[in-house]
Formats: sequence, C-alpha cells, structure tokens
Amino acid sequence: MFTPVPNPTTNPVAAKFGQQDLIRRSASSVTPPAKRQTEVAKLIDVSKCIGCKACQVACLEWNNLTEDVGVNVGVYDNPHDLTANTWTLMRYTEYENAESGNLEWLIRKDGCMHCEDPGCLKACPAPGAIVQYSNGIVDFDHDKCIGCGYCIKGCPFNIPRLSQVDQKAYKCSLCSDRLAVGQGPACAKACPTQAIVFGTKDEMKQWADHRIKDLKSRGFKNAGLYDPPGVGGTHVMYVLQHADKPQIYAGLPNNPSISPLVEVWKGVSKYVGLAAIGAFAAFGFLHHAVAGANRVTAEDEKNAERLTEGRR
Amino acid sequence: MSKSEVDSGDAVHPGKPVIVDRYTAGARINHWVTAISLVLLALSGLALFTPSLYFLTGLFGGGQWTRIIHPWIGVVLFVSFLGLFFRFFRLNLWKKTDSVWLGHLRDVLANEENKLPEVGKYNAGQKTVFWSMSLLILILIVTGVVSWDEYFGSYFSIEQRRMAVLVHSAAAVVAICVWIVHVYAAIWVRGTIGAMTRGKVTGGWAWRHHRRWLKDLVTGKH
Repeated sequence: MFTPVPNPTTNPVAAKFGQQDLIRRSASSVTPPAKRQTEVAKLIDVSKCIGCKACQVACLEWNNLTEDVGVNVGVYDNPHDLTANTWTLMRYTEYENAESGNLEWLIRKDGCMHCEDPGCLKACPAPGAIVQYSNGIVDFDHDKCIGCGYCIKGCPFNIPRLSQVDQKAYKCSLCSDRLAVGQGPACAKACPTQAIVFGTKDEMKQWADHRIKDLKSRGFKNAGLYDPPGVGGTHVMYVLQHADKPQIYAGLPNNPSISPLVEVWKGVSKYVGLAAIGAFAAFGFLHHAVAGANRVTAEDEKNAERLTEGRR
Repeated sequence: MSKSEVDSGDAVHPGKPVIVDRYTAGARINHWVTAISLVLLALSGLALFTPSLYFLTGLFGGGQWTRIIHPWIGVVLFVSFLGLFFRFFRLNLWKKTDSVWLGHLRDVLANEENKLPEVGKYNAGQKTVFWSMSLLILILIVTGVVSWDEYFGSYFSIEQRRMAVLVHSAAAVVAICVWIVHVYAAIWVRGTIGAMTRGKVTGGWAWRHHRRWLKDLVTGKH
C-alpha cells in the first residue's frame, strides 16, 4: 500500500509553484530558477488497473469537462480517442501471450506524459502558451494559445487535441491547480486499486522497483518501468508487465523522441531561413550601392522614336 | 520563325517619348491582389515562424487572428495567382535565348545590357521568378492545406502534417527570397514600376530592356 497524498488543510494556502518556477516557456527564453523544485511524477501501474474508468470520470469532473455521448463500436474504449474534453483515456488491449498461453487484458491509461524534453512546448509559436514548471509539469495556458495545432505536431505521444469549440489545444495538466495547493491529481485520488499513484519522481521510481520485483516474482520476467530516455524521461511513468514491448499497450511508442522533422523545423530552419532572407535583402542594397540604378538613356528613347516613326 | 512576343492589350503609341502599354487594368488589379496577399502572408507567416517576429501578430489582431486569417489569405493568393499564371505563362515559356541571357548574368548585374540577346516581353530573370513562384505557390497551398488543422487536421497523419509544416516554411523562405529579387529588380531597373501601376512604360524602357517585344509590337507581329 502506497501512502496516498493526504487531504490538505481547508485554510487558504499560497500556491506552491508559479511563474517564478518556470524552466521552459514556449517561444521565449526564461531564466530558470536557481533551485529546481522536487520533481514530481505520476506512476501508472498497468498490472493493477481494473479498467473501471474512475480516473476518466474524476478527470472530467475536476476539470469541469463534458464528453459528447458517443457510439459503441464493440470495444471498451470510450470515447474512441483522446479529445479536447477527454484528457485521459483507458485504452484496452487483448493480448495473447504466446509464451504462457494466457489472454492478458492490458489496460493503459493514456494521456500527457509530461516529458522532461517537451515536443509540444518546443513546437509552440505563441510565447508562454506552453510552460514547464521546475517540478516537471508541462502546462497549457489557454489565454495565450492561438490554436495553430503545432503542439500536436511536436508531441511524440499524439496527446494534445484541438477543441472544435474554441480552437485551442487541450491536454492533461497533471492537475497543476490541485498540485499547487498540495493535493494529488484527481485521477490518482479516484483510483480504487492504487494503479495510479503520485509523489516525487524518486519515490515513484522506488515504488515502481518494488512493483517490478513483485511482477517478476509472478513470472513477468520483462516487467519494467517506462520512463523513456528519448524525451529526457517523463513525469508520468508506467509500470508495464512487458516493458520490452511497449507497443503492445495500444501503441505506446517503443523509444519516443521529438521527431527530427520538428527539430529541423523549430531549430536550424529558423536560422537558415532568416539568414537567407537577410542575405537576399543585403545583396539588393549592396548591388544598388555598387552598380547603381539601371536608367533608360535619352538615346534609348531616341531609338524607340526612330523605330516607331514609320508607323505614324 | 519564332512566335510573337506580344500579349493582347499591348500597344505602342508613337510620340515623344514613345509610350507602350504593357499591362491591362485586369492584369494590374490581379497583380496587386496577389502582391498584397503575398505581403500579408509573409508577415503573418513570419510571425508564426520565429518567436523573434511574433510581435507581427499585432498587425492582424493578435495570435489567434493571425492563425485564423493566414490560411484564408493563402486561398486568396492561390486563386489570384492562378489568374496571373494563365495571363502570363505563354510569354514566360523558356526559350534558347533565355539560357544565353542567364549565362550573361554578370553583364545583367553590371547594367551592360547591350551585351545581351534581344529580350521579348519577359527576360530570363523574370521568367525564373514567374516559374519559381508558380512552383512555390503550388507547394505552399498543398502543404498549407495539410497543416490547416482547423478544417483538415483529421484527414492527415501527424507525420504528414510535420512534413507539411517543414516544407511549408522552407518553401515560404524561398518564396520571400524570390519576392525580394522581384521587388528589387523593379526598383533597380528604373521605369519598371509604372508598368504595374499605370500599365505603361516609355519606348526607351522597352528598347533598352525588351527590344524584341518592342520590335514585334511596332512591326505589328501578333
């Protein structure tokens, strides 16, 4: 049993983190705070999940979201994909384990992974629309979001969704508003089996070790922690029974990283592009200074007059 | 015998100086709709291209308005440029003399046009601008639609959209460079801008820069 985050005091408290704790801010440079806050993390133990969707409900409820009534196509996933309102989604996979001959029901709670190296933030063109706090939370500021959808292209996990109502991008905030006053995320609070637990990143790694040992003792020899190094680690981690093949968990990427297309687009292309434009403009100025204007001479006009005289 | 270098609407008016009609009112309006769209697209596009130019969104009513309006201006530009394309493409077809002209680029830049072959309505530089803009605008509209998430996000994979935004920004940078060449040439070669404002140039201008065109006009070769 993991000790849950206790209920906070009902007295007003100052926010535990804010603008002064930003380590990254989209389309702007910030001076990171001298001292980083303790990194937090959410640990999702897929082996303990019973697929009750309490986390989905808690997320909708806390964030005051309503999902449209959907259509049943014969699978448990409801809705069928993440949406601007569904920031977390249970994805159900029926996996036939060839080794043990067992049918395993793999239920993965999908949602923002809160990457240490966030592709959404790097792709975002609007200053401050995406921020990263020193405790690891990657959060969207919807007042600054312009709805371009670049975050969707930047994300290696296919998480942000554009709202068809206000055309702004939405995703899990790791309940930054709750965390700021000392509470855990709503999904973790609602989880009846402690498949979702929340704490500092170190605590979560320790707890994961304990869970992995347990799983290994039960024959899941490839059990392990999903904290992908390609994005610098994440602040939402999974305990997987089969950590050697994350893709069987409804397409969890094997080794996610920011797409090289995005890196080029948001990196070298800016410098090369602006330099090229500058070079062309500079060439114009230099050429005009050196070669001067190309003027029509009186003789040119004479020649034209001579040529046309016959037609008068 | 080569085809005539004269467009419908081109006419020569003898006098002192000789006046030559170069662009019809329709062509000029078409040009300026395209030009204004292109400038607005460059400004709004650059605003989203790099954070150091994000302040340009202020010209369009903020970030959201910039994001909303940019693709629609793109549609206007595409349709408008299509008009220009069909007006101008015939006389922009590449000829052997154009390659000779380009080979003499050094003389062009040194204002020594007497060393160049006689030029029709468009010289090789103008043709290069025309064809590169045609290609770039085609690339820009296609990649623009693919990355227009508000309406087309669901039709393309994320990988396709990533490729689209990258190609879109690269093509836009090249288009801006071509635009700089185009605008600079109009300023550098004095007497040119009148062609797109009043539609007229002087006979001397035509003699100096587009002699083949002037000769075809005068001999009435249509």
